[in-house]
Amino acid sequence: MQGDFAQPASGRHAGGGRLARNVMRNLGESGIEMLLFAAAAVSVLTTLGIVYVLVSESINFFGRVPLLDFLTDTQWTPLFYDAHFGIMVLVSGTAVSSLVALAVAVPMGTVIAIYLSEFANSTVREVAKPVLELLGGIPTIVFGYFALLMVTPALQRIFPRLPGFSLLSAGLVMGVMIVPYVASLSEDAMRAVPMSLREGSYGMGATRLHTALHVVVPAAFSGLAASYVLAISRAVGETMILAVAAGMRPSLTWNPAEPAATITSYIVQVALGDLPHGSLGYQTIFAAGLTLLLITLVFNILGQWLRRKFRENY
Amino acid sequence: MIDMPIQESAPLKAEARGLSFHYGEVRALKNIDMPIRDKKVTALIGPSGCGKSTYLRCFNRMHDLYPGNRYEGEIRFYPDDANLLAPEIDPIEVRMRIGMVFQKPNPFPKSIYENVAYGLRVRGESNKRALDDKIEQALRGAALWDEVKDRLGELASRLSGGQQQRLCIARALATDPELLLFDEPTSALDPIATGAIEELIHELKKRVAILIVTHNMQQAARVSDYTAYMYLGEMIEFGKTDEIFIKPQDKRTEDYITGRMG
Repeated sequence: MQGDFAQPASGRHAGGGRLARNVMRNLGESGIEMLLFAAAAVSVLTTLGIVYVLVSESINFFGRVPLLDFLTDTQWTPLFYDAHFGIMVLVSGTAVSSLVALAVAVPMGTVIAIYLSEFANSTVREVAKPVLELLGGIPTIVFGYFALLMVTPALQRIFPRLPGFSLLSAGLVMGVMIVPYVASLSEDAMRAVPMSLREGSYGMGATRLHTALHVVVPAAFSGLAASYVLAISRAVGETMILAVAAGMRPSLTWNPAEPAATITSYIVQVALGDLPHGSLGYQTIFAAGLTLLLITLVFNILGQWLRRKFRENY
Repeated sequence: MIDMPIQESAPLKAEARGLSFHYGEVRALKNIDMPIRDKKVTALIGPSGCGKSTYLRCFNRMHDLYPGNRYEGEIRFYPDDANLLAPEIDPIEVRMRIGMVFQKPNPFPKSIYENVAYGLRVRGESNKRALDDKIEQALRGAALWDEVKDRLGELASRLSGGQQQRLCIARALATDPELLLFDEPTSALDPIATGAIEELIHELKKRVAILIVTHNMQQAARVSDYTAYMYLGEMIEFGKTDEIFIKPQDKRTEDYITGRMG
């Protein structure tokens, strides 16, 4: 026993046992700290870089096309001899396809979430949720061809005059693609509602459905709203399905049964072409990209606001 | 021993007979017999984990919400003289007649008004005038009316903890329950709010039978007419509250009450 005390430098105090600063350790610590900071900085700098490129190229673009024309023109023909730059043409395509997608994803996702959180037993839930999330892992190009080759022909049986490319079929499939995100996030939000709240409702003689609709859904509202906003962001930003199945023809339309280009599918189209750098046609994709960024930004801010406004502290 | 003859004129509201309860394989309640008298307060005391909350939650079939639970024996409910635990009895019907107030105030994420209206709406009441009347009555009954009458549209979560608990009591009262279950209703409240709830219980027992779980023996002594001491899922002793507290028959009850255990 005594011997242990007689050997202070036995590896436990490798620094010599004195209460001095450990230079090596401090160096290691600050090295790690810098590494972590660098990792965080990369993502922030990337975002800043994207914004910088979008804004600077767009400034060039708006130096040649007045902002008012950009917002009010009803044609989008940047590559024609008689060029028009009405972004509303693309915005309408994005809006219509997103609304179709949301009309599918929000009700379906919410119903699935209510079922999984309030009705399904644990076995069903443990099988259904991973399967559902698998659906979110399917590449969107596959969804795109599914829309073009399966859904459009099926829809054409019901509506014989539906064209081969349409916002409707692309939007429907996009909705199905988004369902897992809405369902999964909404289910998380509803499961976070404490059991004591449900017991309070059951204790009043309420049924499962009444409890789910009148207590759990309102209590989880901030989470549900967040999942819907995420759905909107995904729908607005979705590219491949629309490029494949919606037809990339710019047209100002609010009719889902027509083909149209969206902001994203236009960017794909132009980015794949061989336009010279610095040409006006080339710069349009940055103006379109900036528009897309602003739209998603607005929805993200809306989502944050909804979360704060309706946050319940149980 | 439980053989305490109770010469009492108050009629029975409910009575546990040979009640046992299982959480899966675990037997949480063992063969409990206990009368619940109408318009009286019956308190359940005992150390944590002794099964008092489990016992309370048998009365409104709360255990039905979770899989793997099993009741044995019966709880007779009067004047129907029906067994609340019988499989053919609909738990929703049971909960329509037996109200519950929980340990932590659990107001719904709705307005004060809608919280109290909840049970009435569940029962299909939609007449605005009838709702207004019953909600005022219930809030008065819970001694909350004067504090909230000008802000019925506000979210219930804006109320203080004690007010929230009285709101939960009003919510339970709105539907005219015949038996009220209180599961440690003051454990999350400060002494002043606790005093208000205890006073309220005194008022409420003029109208309704009350069964209350409490881990506070002084509270049991203050509010109840009858007290049951439970330990490890068994009911050790049951009797009039003053008798239990002054001269308990069982050594274990005495140890608990005098603070030598638990």
